[in-house]
Amino acid sequence: MSCIEDKFAKLRADYPKELNSSLVMPFLRIMLDEKKHLGESDAVFIASYLDLPPMQVKEALTWYTMFYRQPMGQHVIKVCRNIACSLMGAERIIDHLSQKLGIKPGETTPDGRFTLLLVECLASCGTAPAMQIDDTYHEQLTEAKIDQILKGLSQ
Amino acid sequence: MSEKIFFNFTVTADSHKLEPYRERGGYKALETALKTLQPIDVEKEVMASGLRGRGGAGFPTGSKWSFVNKKAPVVYLCCNADEGEPGTFKDRWIFEYNSHQLIEGMLLAAYALNVRNAFIYIRGEFDLSFRRLMEAMGEAYNAGYIGENILGSGFSCDIRVMQGGGAYVCGEESSLYTSIEGFKGYPRNKPPFPAIQGLYNAPTVVNNVETLANVPWIINNGAKAFTAMGTEKHPGTKIFCVSGHVKKPGLYELPLGYPLKQLIYENCGGILNDKQLKAVIPGGSSSPILPAKDVETANLDAECLGTFRTMLGSGGVIVIAEGVCMVRLLQVLSRFYAHESCGQCTPCREGTAWMNDIISRIVAGKGVKGDMESLERITKGIMGNTVCALGDAAAMPVINIITKFREEFDYYIEHGRSMNDGRLEI
Repeated sequence: MSCIEDKFAKLRADYPKELNSSLVMPFLRIMLDEKKHLGESDAVFIASYLDLPPMQVKEALTWYTMFYRQPMGQHVIKVCRNIACSLMGAERIIDHLSQKLGIKPGETTPDGRFTLLLVECLASCGTAPAMQIDDTYHEQLTEAKIDQILKGLSQ
Repeated sequence: MSEKIFFNFTVTADSHKLEPYRERGGYKALETALKTLQPIDVEKEVMASGLRGRGGAGFPTGSKWSFVNKKAPVVYLCCNADEGEPGTFKDRWIFEYNSHQLIEGMLLAAYALNVRNAFIYIRGEFDLSFRRLMEAMGEAYNAGYIGENILGSGFSCDIRVMQGGGAYVCGEESSLYTSIEGFKGYPRNKPPFPAIQGLYNAPTVVNNVETLANVPWIINNGAKAFTAMGTEKHPGTKIFCVSGHVKKPGLYELPLGYPLKQLIYENCGGILNDKQLKAVIPGGSSSPILPAKDVETANLDAECLGTFRTMLGSGGVIVIAEGVCMVRLLQVLSRFYAHESCGQCTPCREGTAWMNDIISRIVAGKGVKGDMESLERITKGIMGNTVCALGDAAAMPVINIITKFREEFDYYIEHGRSMNDGRLEI
């Protein structure tokens, strides 16, 4: 926890007292970056650190989709399935990824390396189809490009 | 060639940094304002420019600012950078290539509104955008453009960047500041409007990234130069985000009122594989769809699109070629809204799920007689009956697409399969 608490303290020093509650989202993010997935105890920890009702932080944790609450693979692949990507072949891209990884959307490979998620618009509509692996955007996807990206990550 | 407010420089490896921005005249508007203008002058100039919100609703920015009591003990400014409307990708460009223009715009707005603490609420997924913004924030702090006693003027303002958690609804202004307050992002009933009671119950202005980034140009060039572009009621330029079946998708900065047909066939090089045009969604996925015949005469400004009963929205132009199955296309949209409904209001929470269930059933070949009437009834039950506009945004594409492409739905229900092979890609 000490590394997390250092980051908490550093950010808290930037926020005036009246904006204390605004630290919930950034703290959840910091915690997620460290722990990769979060649970109720993490929400309670943040709440007590900020002296806020635990329920407020628990609600935030469970409401936002980016705060994972179950273990994820080493790499999280988020493929856009929204309108612009669909018009440019998102379904083909999803099928290809699914087949390559041997898992269905929502699943993690048995070796724990990849989780495949379907997400809504990533704001890459002009360069569709698009996906995001961990933080990095990959755009104008083709089957060949995906093979290359996966190969790069497997090494 | 109309003048450009955004795409007026060559992008290089360094063009997003402070020095190149200053060489392009950056932060000159801020210096001018702090040294020679009163806050009310900035507001008056923006009011006179007729600038309207670029995020979707198109509300006049100057009016929004004028509603705020600047003598209140605390006034907040929030920049809405939760770019999530499907078909929209302009704010990402501003962050990646010219974050300083947004920061300068925010500081001008903060000066006009007497704001001490401002926020940028940026989409949680954005990576390069976020890093570029933080880099620019660091540069601006070091140069004394943000923080205490900016440029020796006595005016102080801090900007804090907050990353979202992946919720589409947080692009709705009251949901956005509820999220900034550290809660799940349930939208709030209006009134009270944010100008009276917003973030932490203080008067609050929420403006879109592109809206705020227009302000330095207006201060530098004057309201008159701004109103010389675009239409009388919708002046200036707009960044249009073109996606879907065109040869050259991407961002195009054009004067408002630009003909939609010209955008598609000239700027974007026409339809992919030289197919026929089927329809266009002109302003992000929530705006009602335009069939090909309407595209002939539609211009890209709020008033003209209003006559076609659609909206300019966020400027996300989604182009759909002949051969696409509109039933499956609608399923993509209904799934999105069902997924993103926040769960607060029953008509939206239940209605979006029901609509998605019915449309998915039709797609699975199990549609039944009466499904279309059920969809119509559900859209009526949602529209106007929810706290925020997400309900309307979910219902509008459904009622529009099933009305304008009714025969495709009837065929699908009757035959259990698509008239167009269920195709989305062409």
